[in-house]
Amino acid sequence: MNAAAAADPRGRARRRSQWRRRRTVAALLAPWAIGFGAFFAYPLIASLYYSFTHYDLLSSPRWIGLANYEYLFNTDPQIWQAVKNTLWLIAIMVPAQVLFALGLALLISRARRGVGVLRTIFYLPALAPIVAATLGFVYLFNPATGPVNTILNAIGIEGPLWLNGTTTAKPTLVLLALWSIGATLIIFLAAVLDVPAHLLESAELDGAGSWRRFRYVTLPTISPVLLFAIVIGVIDALQYFTQAYVAAGVAQGGQAGESAKALGYPEGSTLFYPIYLYEQAFARFNMGYASAMTILMLVVALALTLVILRNARRWVYYQGEAR
Amino acid sequence: MASATAAPPIAPAAVVRPRPRRRRQLLLAIAEHSLLIVLAICFLAPFVFIALTALMSDRQALSSDLWPHSFEFHNFVKVFQEEPVARYALNSFMYAGLATIGMLISSIPAAYALSVLKWRGRNVVMVLVLVALMLPEQVTIIPVYVLFAKLHLVGTLWPLIIPNWLGDAFSIFLLRQFFLTIPSEYADAARVDGCGELRVLTSVYLRLAKPAIAAASLFLFFTCWNDYFGPLIYTGETPAHWTLSLGLAQFRTLHHVEWNLTMAATLLFMAPVIAVFFFAQKVFIEGVTLSGVKG
Repeated sequence: MNAAAAADPRGRARRRSQWRRRRTVAALLAPWAIGFGAFFAYPLIASLYYSFTHYDLLSSPRWIGLANYEYLFNTDPQIWQAVKNTLWLIAIMVPAQVLFALGLALLISRARRGVGVLRTIFYLPALAPIVAATLGFVYLFNPATGPVNTILNAIGIEGPLWLNGTTTAKPTLVLLALWSIGATLIIFLAAVLDVPAHLLESAELDGAGSWRRFRYVTLPTISPVLLFAIVIGVIDALQYFTQAYVAAGVAQGGQAGESAKALGYPEGSTLFYPIYLYEQAFARFNMGYASAMTILMLVVALALTLVILRNARRWVYYQGEAR
Repeated sequence: MASATAAPPIAPAAVVRPRPRRRRQLLLAIAEHSLLIVLAICFLAPFVFIALTALMSDRQALSSDLWPHSFEFHNFVKVFQEEPVARYALNSFMYAGLATIGMLISSIPAAYALSVLKWRGRNVVMVLVLVALMLPEQVTIIPVYVLFAKLHLVGTLWPLIIPNWLGDAFSIFLLRQFFLTIPSEYADAARVDGCGELRVLTSVYLRLAKPAIAAASLFLFFTCWNDYFGPLIYTGETPAHWTLSLGLAQFRTLHHVEWNLTMAATLLFMAPVIAVFFFAQKVFIEGVTLSGVKG
């Protein structure tokens, strides 16, 4: 009786303070919550709805059932080229980026001096605005007059067509991606320099050579960072747009994205999924069909992320308490 | 641990053949350093060629010459005369600046609520932030575009600015990561002194998190400054609202791209970013590193 009377006001006070805290949290999160609803949750649902309609932005959406998906999976002659090109990015460009950044980070970490200067040099290209970097590369790799082929000719090698060749356009874009690797490099470098020296030393005393020290000490320690880079890399590859769009437009001789001729120039070899999406949505205003494309993209992005994270449990090692 | 027992048998082996091993290490070090130098040259070369081309005459820029015969510094003036570059720059500046201000106002409180305050459902909300961060932006682009079309904002830069006033997922994530590293004793002390949550945020966390706030601002500013996809879909048809990234590809005559002017404009476009980087290098590097710890 006495205890209950004493407990009750305390409980009420606690409840009141809890309620006040809740109100604070709600107030602090309100702008984000509105943004999340308006620019994320609602668009996801609306995309799903639009994907079952014919919608050109002028008249209201007209329900057509699964017709968009049928066209997407069975008829559209261009979409599989776009899918294949984007999968190529995930299979070739992402591993190239991760391995290159890792190799470079290890090299820099082993340099006797000048780690800071080297880090700045290799980070610098990542600062160049994407459009600026892409225009620079279109000029550098111009098959007829660009500096790269001029230098190759001078040493007796006939330079390839680079961005103007169907087999070389994508690899040239990979070179551009490697040039702009700076952010990933800095993250890797910080992780590599962070590997506890006592672990490496005791491994060395145990007779582990440099490969085994890397394989059994460095690699497990930096594995969370590698996972992060792979996931970000795959997502970036899925939305890879600007470089290919600008390069195709300028390399074929026009302004960026000036004409349908530039779409995936040369011969569709750089027609990536987001570029085709842009063409459908904002050049032809097939909003319904483009929504079906975004739904497919969403499903693929979620599936890939899940597969990578699932798989990661086997090779990613978290120090101490995970996260 | 194990090293103490394993050390003796290994040490003699190391003494027996020190020479070849040392020589191999030396060769390896030379190979590594040469590779680094070659790569560093490859990374810097594009900037050099872009700068050289920017100084060439119109005709020379179309030839395969590498070195300008006469240095045409006038190109940097011509860039402003041929295209409304000043206007593009102003548009870029407005977009990036207003977006950054809005991000700070909306994202700092959100990050605070998601790191310092403890409440049920916090982790669920954090997962939502991360999901929004991880998915490609094109996944939501069509309904968002339709929304802004209905609001008659297509053709302006507002569709790119407004969402940042309602929280930017990456900035929230970055700021939260930093807030988590600040010991909670500071906040507790302030609360004991009678500060409300708002005062704790403004007088403790804003002060201690200055580097992270600077990094988040710089990142968002340059993300907007460099953005191409957004301005393309919203202002592609209205050149008055073009940003630098859209205007950059406009230097061409009827028949060919004016490479010297394009490269001059490219340099002008890169310059502010690189200048800021050299002043705020530490902020950049620490910010990038912070975004990478704890995937």
